[in-house]
Amino acid sequence: MRLNAEEQAMLAGEMGEVAQLAIKHQIAVGDFFGARDFVPITQAHIMADTESLGQAGIMWLERLCDVKDSQHRVRVPTITDPRGTDFSKADSIGQSGWMLELERRAIAAFVKLGVSMTDTCINYQTVLAAARGEHVAFGDTGVVIYSNSVNGARSNFEGGPSALSAGLTARTPRYGFHLDEHRQATLRIRIDFTPQTLNEWGALGGVIGRLAGNYWQVPVIEGMDVAPTSDQLKHFGAAMASFGSIAMFHIVGITPEASRLEDVGGHKLALLHRVGRKEIDALTKDYALEKSVDVVVFSAPQLSLYELRSLAALCEGRRFKVPLLAVTSPQVKPDADRFGYTETIEAAGGSVLAGMCFYQSYAREMAEAKGWKRLASNSAKLVNILGGYGYVPMLASMEACVSAAETGQLAGESK
Amino acid sequence: MSELILTARHAMGRKVSGEALVAKDGFSARYDLNRLTGVFSRPAHKLVGLSYVGRILVLDTAKGGVASAWMLNEMRSRDMVPLAIVFNSVNPILVQGAALGDIAMLAGFDADITALVPHGAMVEVDPEAKTLRVLGQPARLAHQESDTAQAASPAEPRKIRFVGRE
Repeated sequence: MRLNAEEQAMLAGEMGEVAQLAIKHQIAVGDFFGARDFVPITQAHIMADTESLGQAGIMWLERLCDVKDSQHRVRVPTITDPRGTDFSKADSIGQSGWMLELERRAIAAFVKLGVSMTDTCINYQTVLAAARGEHVAFGDTGVVIYSNSVNGARSNFEGGPSALSAGLTARTPRYGFHLDEHRQATLRIRIDFTPQTLNEWGALGGVIGRLAGNYWQVPVIEGMDVAPTSDQLKHFGAAMASFGSIAMFHIVGITPEASRLEDVGGHKLALLHRVGRKEIDALTKDYALEKSVDVVVFSAPQLSLYELRSLAALCEGRRFKVPLLAVTSPQVKPDADRFGYTETIEAAGGSVLAGMCFYQSYAREMAEAKGWKRLASNSAKLVNILGGYGYVPMLASMEACVSAAETGQLAGESK
Repeated sequence: MSELILTARHAMGRKVSGEALVAKDGFSARYDLNRLTGVFSRPAHKLVGLSYVGRILVLDTAKGGVASAWMLNEMRSRDMVPLAIVFNSVNPILVQGAALGDIAMLAGFDADITALVPHGAMVEVDPEAKTLRVLGQPARLAHQESDTAQAASPAEPRKIRFVGRE
């Protein structure tokens, strides 16, 4: 990679040992992808729950903090993805003391490095959305795909070590979605059905993610007859990223870089795929395995204020037989409290958690501690992930999930 | 048996050799693995139930979320890690994780490596040369060897270079 004078100084250790370590890591990644140089960034977002970090990752962070050269703090605003717990509710979800201790150590290390503990995967709804053309280093696939596609910002998937490195050096290797050529469409898809519910939007994203299949594919979608809301695009993008490792999509006439099909080169692509109700139903039925439900979870991504508002309305006057967990961000939770949504959900027997995400919070251990196996959610992303954690996940609408919490049974067809 | 050498566009890490686990499937440390027991745990994964520890994974593409970047490092700290990972197509997360976890990696070929490398074969990953070399094939897959050997000169290793976008 070509380095400017500042980057050469960083590499030589003249800007501190931590920045030196960070830029070495970035050069290794940049060289792998053939990046010609670095691009300055304005903000970074770090995924770093302690189930992922483990002891090894925390010790790596703590070693950075041990450097005593007073140059170990991030150089641009750097925030965090959900943590592995909501400390105030850890007991109720079966988490152990050792998990909380790991979380405390990780938080302490990040704070010493100058990281702001926002603990959210919906920073584009709650903290500061990246603007069109803004180069950033975001570290949650749902955040990246939304920021690239809906906001027109520019980010690759930046895993925890790389996002932190980007925060520490204020730059990232220029490859992938920082470059115009990688933002052009590679796959043209027409939809014949516009989803209504969030689980349907997620399922549509999942179907397209499966069709696209790898990080370097950029689907362009035609045929959408409504302008989706932020929450609909959130579930759509998060599922597409989860099922297909996709970092960017275009919707003709909706997303900022694709006013016309021609703007993203879509007119040069053959129309090989049409997606309709049948494909969405088929993906949903992949997860319709059992009627009985042990736990209902709304998470992945964290719920917006409006999602909590909808959920609270559905919970009004009900009494749940099985646990219902609704997970939101620390920025949204105080408003949900003020507006009475939390009280309504919890009066029905549900629980509103903040600053965590279900699958990033020791999902396997929670299942063992609480006896949870059959899980219903309206998040296509969540059901895609949890199979590997030993759950039998089921995808249904928010309404059906709330009813399942009340009756213990999920309405609809079994597989 | 003719020697098969596949050349990648992207490479990282140190030279290693070992038994290949091969599948036309994706890879995510969070989605697909029980990292405590060291096996593929996702029921729908084609390698479900198999141990990945000390093996060379030959897979289609990197999948899923960003957690793998930390998880490869955590797996390395417990010596519960693959020797190397080889992809047709990789995403940045697995590369970032391999850089932190010191795991050899190759990616970007002009042919489907999951079709060319026999499951269970002994292979060598040489990041400096950007090559994957098939050293020996399991007896149970001998019929596949005869099929692939037809296209090769017996005197020269077959070399396939990457030509593509990623």
